[in-house]
Amino acid sequence: MIEAAPIDEGNRLQAFFYALQECVRSALASIRSHRMRSFLTMLGVIIGVASVICIVSLLQGLTQSVMNEFQGIGGNTLIIHSQTSREDRMLGKSNKIRPADLELVKLRVAGISNVTPRTGIGVPGGVRNGSNISTAPILATTSWFQLSNQAYPRIGRFITESDNNSRRRVVVLGDQARTDLKLPENPLGTFIQLGSDWFKVVGVMEARGDFFGQSMDNYVVIPFETGRALAGPEREPDMGIMVTVDNLDAVKDVTSRITALLRRAHKIGPGDSDDFEVESSQTLTETIGRVSRTITLVISAVVGISLLVGGVGIMNIMLVSVTERTREIGIAKALGAPRSFILMQFLIEAMVLAVIGGVIGIGFGWLLGELAAKMIPHFPPPAVPWWAIAGATGFSALVGMLFGILPARRAANLAPIDALRHE
Amino acid sequence: MIELRGIGKTYQMGSTELVALADINLQIARNEYVALIGPSGSGKSTMMNVLGCLDLPSTGTYTLDGEAVGALSEDELARVRNRKIGFIFQSYYLMPRTTLADNVAQPLIYRGLAPSVRRDRANAALARVGLEARVLHKPNELSGGQRQRVAIARALVGRPNVLLADEPTGNLDSKTAREIMGVFGDLHREGMTIIVVTHDPAIAAYCRRVVRLHDGHIVEDRAQS
Repeated sequence: MIEAAPIDEGNRLQAFFYALQECVRSALASIRSHRMRSFLTMLGVIIGVASVICIVSLLQGLTQSVMNEFQGIGGNTLIIHSQTSREDRMLGKSNKIRPADLELVKLRVAGISNVTPRTGIGVPGGVRNGSNISTAPILATTSWFQLSNQAYPRIGRFITESDNNSRRRVVVLGDQARTDLKLPENPLGTFIQLGSDWFKVVGVMEARGDFFGQSMDNYVVIPFETGRALAGPEREPDMGIMVTVDNLDAVKDVTSRITALLRRAHKIGPGDSDDFEVESSQTLTETIGRVSRTITLVISAVVGISLLVGGVGIMNIMLVSVTERTREIGIAKALGAPRSFILMQFLIEAMVLAVIGGVIGIGFGWLLGELAAKMIPHFPPPAVPWWAIAGATGFSALVGMLFGILPARRAANLAPIDALRHE
Repeated sequence: MIELRGIGKTYQMGSTELVALADINLQIARNEYVALIGPSGSGKSTMMNVLGCLDLPSTGTYTLDGEAVGALSEDELARVRNRKIGFIFQSYYLMPRTTLADNVAQPLIYRGLAPSVRRDRANAALARVGLEARVLHKPNELSGGQRQRVAIARALVGRPNVLLADEPTGNLDSKTAREIMGVFGDLHREGMTIIVVTHDPAIAAYCRRVVRLHDGHIVEDRAQS
């Protein structure tokens, strides 16, 4: 065993890999031997990461459910509705989209179909079935409503073109309205009262469930022209118009065409602002996405600061650890550990501490998000996106590395004889 | 194999200069068994640090196995310690929380060897000092003599050119000390070069050559049988 010493070494990459493996192993051993202290050190990172993950997961769940809600409306659907500026409102003015506008859009805009007016009708007495009263709003629209809203009847039929043209007194019920009126599962043919007028039930819509605690099924639908007749000529209601653009690429052109048309019809001078808005579902979802991204960003920044505080905690404990293990470092150096190895060992220990903290934080934040969503009634289920997991882990590692540099340098720079003599 | 020429070492203590070693000339050949003795403050420890490449001399040249050590960087010195020198310390300096096998294998980590190779070598080295049955024990489960055997195994595992022992029996009773010196004797017979730094004449008596230091100078250098 004492014959001339053969100098053996693997190739550099392999040697680096073995060294890395050894550093991770010794880091884990060191963390395990100071469980309590390690946990307290990680706490800053745990809390920071947990709060990011919790908030991001709630926000993601919210955004997703809002997006899903708008998915019923295709990307090529435009919604025209009136808009009253604050100044106008203070002057007692309220702008309206009128039937004349509907005719204008129908006749003068090319490349669109399914032009659907919709308006809410108020009648004294509301919707009644004998003594049962429903709070359901009355929606007056046309048959296209089904297509543009992706809502179809469960039984019976929807409003037809002929219902509209002959102003028939027929009504299609949302499922919640049907329940509130104490009507059977199949109420077709029953007559109910809207105000003082009798309407025949011809259909019941598919149930859509709750959204933010609000039933999506609490409404009744009557033909648009019937609704206008019901409201009377002197109380022209405000309305919304939905149109489907035939070619998705033309959405922008059609939007500006409609805008120009209505501006002229409403006699809005150049430089004055519109008294209406043409919205596409695309711009709607984009807005929601932008808002949620902004909130995520702001919160991430705030929590980033708390992670930095966690990093300082790690640095502090690592400095203590270097002092405690001065002898150990001295031995390693005497046995031939190069400076880079000691540096890597302590750097990796700091990173492992931070990453373990980060992983615990991800789990904890996910739990917290689920819990919060359960406790807030009707809150959509949260979702933890993969980028948040990757980001939190990566950022923890970065924090560990950044705040590990100082202690690791201190360890690596110890002179072997001084370190060995340290008591 | 070891050649010291005009080695001096001075420490700056505030405004006064402390001379630890002065004009040391010493040659040690392969397979010599040398005791470096002297009272405390004689420069033994400094000598040990210089020989072990733990510290650089202020003046003079030190050649180890044909390599001029004085001009080396910190990392190159670490490489020399790792490959050419096996250290044995008075207080063993083992890692308390790791197994004997991992303790012994530690120098091999810095050579970039695979874990399986490190383990095999460590087990062989522990067998060499008679501790093959305890490879997975921790140092605090062992007696002082056994711990020093572990330290010897660790010094041997990298197949160094020279063993450098600093008061290797300082913490041991005389019976255990005899056993440890017996291990050194065996290693010497097998061809190992050994330097023992000690203040104890009884330990120096085991060696074949005695170099006595006093006030940083070599005052005696004699062979003995």
